[in-house]
Order: sequence, then structure tokens, then C-alpha cells
Amino acid sequence: MIGRDLLGIEDLDRADLERILETAERMQEVGTREVKKVPTLRGRTIVNLFFEPSTRTRTSFEIAGKRLSADVVNFSPTSSSLAKDESILDTARTLDAMAPDAVVVRHKVAGVPKRIADALAAPVINAGDGAHEHPTQALLDLLTVYQEKGRIDGLSVAIVGDVLHSRVARSNIYGFLKLGAEVRIAAPPTLIPPAIETLGVKAFTSLREAIDGADVVMALRIQRERLDGAYVPSIREYSATFGLDRTKLRFAKDDAIVMHPGPVNRGVELSHDLADHRPSVILDQVRNGVALRMAVLYLFAGRPLAAAREG
Amino acid sequence: MGRILIRRGRVLDPSSNRDETADVLIEDGRVAAVEASLEVPGAEVIDARGLWVAPGFVDLHTHLREPGQEYKEDIASGGRAAVAGGFTTVACMANTHPANDDPALTDYILDRARQDSPARVLPIAAATKGLEGSVMTEMSTILRAGAVAFSDDGKTIMDSGVMRRVLEYSCMVDAPVIVHAEDCTLVGHGVVNEGPVSTRLGLPGNPAVAEAVHVARDLLLAQLTGAHLHIAHVSTGAAIDLIRRAREQGIHVTAEVTPHHLTLTDEAALGYDTNAKVAPPLRSAADVRACRKGLAEGVIDAVATDHAPHAVHEKDVEFTAAPSGLIGLETALAVVLDLVRSGELEPLELMRRMSTNPARILRRPGGSLGVGAPADVVVFDPQKEWLYDPAKGFSKSRNSPWAGQMLTGQVKATIVDGRLVYDVARGVLAP
Repeated sequence: MIGRDLLGIEDLDRADLERILETAERMQEVGTREVKKVPTLRGRTIVNLFFEPSTRTRTSFEIAGKRLSADVVNFSPTSSSLAKDESILDTARTLDAMAPDAVVVRHKVAGVPKRIADALAAPVINAGDGAHEHPTQALLDLLTVYQEKGRIDGLSVAIVGDVLHSRVARSNIYGFLKLGAEVRIAAPPTLIPPAIETLGVKAFTSLREAIDGADVVMALRIQRERLDGAYVPSIREYSATFGLDRTKLRFAKDDAIVMHPGPVNRGVELSHDLADHRPSVILDQVRNGVALRMAVLYLFAGRPLAAAREG
Repeated sequence: MGRILIRRGRVLDPSSNRDETADVLIEDGRVAAVEASLEVPGAEVIDARGLWVAPGFVDLHTHLREPGQEYKEDIASGGRAAVAGGFTTVACMANTHPANDDPALTDYILDRARQDSPARVLPIAAATKGLEGSVMTEMSTILRAGAVAFSDDGKTIMDSGVMRRVLEYSCMVDAPVIVHAEDCTLVGHGVVNEGPVSTRLGLPGNPAVAEAVHVARDLLLAQLTGAHLHIAHVSTGAAIDLIRRAREQGIHVTAEVTPHHLTLTDEAALGYDTNAKVAPPLRSAADVRACRKGLAEGVIDAVATDHAPHAVHEKDVEFTAAPSGLIGLETALAVVLDLVRSGELEPLELMRRMSTNPARILRRPGGSLGVGAPADVVVFDPQKEWLYDPAKGFSKSRNSPWAGQMLTGQVKATIVDGRLVYDVARGVLAP
């Protein structure tokens, strides 16, 4: 049963995930119309509260909201809340007093959407918090894989790269496992989260072993500052050992697809060629992101408010 | 000075191994008699039927925040919280603003305590100037001013050469050096215990080995110097194993554990509750078991609260930005009675770890109901259930992971120096 907020995939069950994906498939049609707009959320106000800059995700949420006829307001506190001596919860309560119908939150620290949700009447949708979760990214990835492969059950999914710092990895691990896939991760030992096997995945430090026979290979973005010797000795070494190119991809299934949450560090996580062409499906992921976020806004911001609060 | 007769309580005196129903007479600030039945006309009577009577608790580890952060706590409010929790003596850490690294600061704290605090206050002075881990404080002079131990708690002396000198020098003054044992380079930005919970939360982990590595270093330095090393808030099985082995080798080491590390695991942080953010962090269930076993076996000598008040607005922020620490003076007894209820500790042994042992570590009187001992006494009901609401407590702060919970075990009366300073029905009575 879908609750009031969408804070993470960990909180959802299989039926919730299927319901969101089915709704997203229906929303895809709207994006193909000449007039890409339906009146579903007319009169509803959605606030994009982005404490961390993110042009892509914010734009995707904004387009999704507008296609549903919601009034979308972007609120991006420029300086940090601490610098202004205003707590995140004060910011959230201030917004809440303006009676939005949903608040989409992005923050660099894990747990902030949860704390804001605890303080707000409006539903909160997590648009990425630290290394915790990025549920709409995982949902759009699930949608993309489902539409490519016709199923999730029984697939083998390899997630490659900086799993330690990745909210995308965590949300995808929960999502793929809940829908019946096998999930492996591949990373240098310094970037494998402690006790990651407790989430139900197998961890490898060999890319080849991790992607052996995989149906889906998902590369994660790595921050350049993590490649300066703190976690990985150099970009050159990372790219040589964990960067995906067509040669290394041969160990995966012949029809394996390659995914990336973007933006790609070309020549680091993916070779230039792989970033632009099949089997990578990166632009499909972006396209599906809008439909998926329409589905999420419909399901979480579209309910009568009293019902949502009881959620 | 008046006389108080505590009648028919279960008297638990670890100093004499007494555990029996008796009457306790207090006169002129001293324990005057402990006998099966006493008749003392004119004495103020405390009816202790069904209650336990023990030496007042001695807390090796509190943060009273004065001077400098009186919005969190001060010596008056911290002293009131102490006696409400059955503590008759609290040793207060040096990380005030400015730090207690000077005889004048120690003087000031003692002066404030005499005026404001119903509990005895024993200042712990900094081991290094400004808690900066580089220049030793004037230990001898500060000790004469009234300090009882030295610690840079809250911070770690990472420079092994400085630590060696501090321990060496401390041998001259016969006072323990108390260490906050966390290797900062291993802690990194860690804010919760490293493990399944940090991975699920997506928060930087603080590994158990950060404590063990530091404990190992300090034990070796204590062995080298012969100093009395006291390890604050032990939280890991690995550190306890090291301490056990060091004891066997005759190294002069004592250790304390907090009520929260005895009862809560890292899962308390799963909802991002910043009141569960503490240093060292709440650990795994296996570590909690090790702490309980270590306390029961006596490898860990004492329970200490690490009472660390922070204001609501400081805790009401991002998990990574929130200060570490939680308040514990008013909840400690109820929380640690869990070990008696579970059968892991005899009541007398728990009382020993809350009064006699910490007093001994600080080389102070206390922790005794022997005739002639200073009359610091707690009377409590081990069965009484009560709802803990920090807003109604005596601490200025509310950062408790037990807020809103029903707790079992309640202090009924606290006597300091022969005076009734707390009564559950009437509140704090003095000063």
C-alpha cells in the first residue's frame, strides 16, 4: 500500500512498484501527443525544493508536473541553510504554510527528505538524498529495463562503480531485488559499502565476474574528486579496470543493455562510443523519467489532501 | 543539621557487600548507623518499604556546559538533573568554552557548584591546552585547585608522542587520564556505526576499529608509563577484549560504559533521529552484548552517562550537521536496571558500578553506606514505571533517545551530604 510520501524504494513492496510502473506506462502516451498536457493535477501546487543543484532531475519533475497541469514552483535555496542560520525544517515549515500539494526534495545529506516529511502536512517525494535513495531514478530504470526486456523477474543486473556514495545504486538494488532480478555489484573494495551483502546482493571486485552473463549493466557516475587517490589511485586506473567499453561488455549477455543515470563522464565510466549508441539506453532512461515522474506525482500529489495525510 | 531515618528499605552497600532490609540513620552529614531496626525520635523518616537504598551514584562523565554554553545546560540545571537521577556526584568534562585547562577555570566551576548545584561537582581538567592535543596543562596546579582527572574528552589526542608525555606526567599527580578513544583518521566523516545500518541509511560510517586501534595504542602507552588510563564510553567488543588482556598483564586501566551503549543499537538511528547520534556511535547488537558482558564481568568498571546536552535547534538539522551526544542523567538508572531485570547483574553489582567503582577511580570518598561515610544516598523504586518527558525534566536540553518512552525504575529521594536534595513528589529541594 503506497503511503503518503515517496522516500525510498526500501519502503515499497512489489505491488507498489508494479502499480507505479503501470501508471507510468499510461503516462508515456501523453508525451507523444501534439499537445502534451492533461488536466489531471489542475489547481495543484508542486514545489521543487532542491537544496542541491540538479538541472536534470529538477527539469524532469518540472516537465512532469506541467504535463499534468500542476502549478510547479522551483525553490532552490542558494546558500546553505546553516549559512543563513535557517534550519531545513524552518524552510520546510515555511513552505508548508503556503499549502503545497506535494514537495519534491533533493538534498546532499541522507535523511533530509524523511525529516522534512515528518514536519510537513504535504506529501514529500524524495528526489535524491545523499547516498541514501533516489527512488524516481530507480523507478525509471525499472521501467526502461521492463520495456526493453519484457520482464524484470529472473534478469541478472550488474551495477558497476561508486556504490559506496551512490543513492542510485541503493534504490536500484531494492527495486530490482523486489521485482525478482539478481543484482551484483562491481567496484574497487574502497567503494563497496560495508555489509552490502545484507541487502541481498553479491559484491565483486572484478568487473568481468560481475557482468558475466548479465542482462543489464548499469554504470554509476563517479565524482572526479574520488578519483584522486582517496578511494581510487587515478582516473586512468579506474577507467582501465571499471570503465565499460565494447571489449569488456563481451562478457555480458549478447543482448545486454547498458544504462547510466547521467551525466556520463565520458572515457571514465563509459567509452565515448558506448555512451551514445546501443546497447546503451541512456536517452530512453531520460525520456522515461518524465513519464515515471508524472506517474509519481499523480499517485502522490493527486489524492484528496485529507486522504493523503491519512495515507 | 537534621537527622534522616530511611526505614525498611533494601540496603545495597557494595563497599561492605551488604544486601539486606535495614534502617539507615543519617546524622551530621554522615551515615550514623545501619541496623535491622532503629528508633530515632525526631528524625525525618523516609519510608523505604519496597524501595532500594544505595550509595548515591557517581557519574564519571557529564557535560555541564558551563562556562560558555549555558543555553544547553549549566551547573545548576545539570546538578538538578543529576540528583533527580540519583547521582550525588558528577565529574564534569573539560570541553567547556573556554576549556577547563587552567586552575582559574577549575576554581570557577567549583565556586559555581558550591552556590548552584545540589550535587557534588568534580571538575575534570583538560589534558592539553585548549583541548588541542599538543601542549600539556599544568596538571599539578590544577589538581590542587580541585580537579580530579584529566581528559580532552570530545577530542582525541592523536599525537602519540604527546599522549605518552601526558600519561608519564600524570604519574606525578596520581589522577587518571581519561581518553575518548577514537582514531579520527579512521572515523573520517563517520556519523553512525559502520555496517549494515550505515549502508542502508547512506550515511558515512564510523568503524568499530577506530575505537579499538586507539585503545590499543593507549594501553601500550599506559604499560610503558605506568599511568592510570581510564577509557571513556567503551562501545565495542574489540576494545573490551583489548582491555581484558591488558588487565591480565597488570596494566593500570579502568573503563566505563554508557547506558545507551548498553541498551541501544545503531538501528536507533534508522529514522535519522539525531538524538541517536552520539560519539562513539551506537553499535551493533554484538557490541551491545559485549558491553553488557564486559560490565557484568568487571572488565568495565563503571557506568557513566556521558550526559551531553544540546539544544533542540542544534539537533533539528541534517544528520551530518547535528552535534553528537544525548542527555542521560535522569534516565540512567531506569535504563541500566535492564541488566538486573535480565539477570545479567545482581543489584549489588550494578550499584557497585554506579557508585563505589567510579568513586574509587576518582580516588574520592563515596560509594559507601558504611558508618562514618559521607551521607550521599539514593532511594529508588526498581519497579516503578514512569513516562519520560524531557520537557518536564531538570536538564535544559531534551536530546534523549528515550523521550516519550515508559521507563521502569524511578528515583524517590536523593540525599547529598546528609541533606535531602531531591524528592520525587516535591522535586529538587536545594540549594
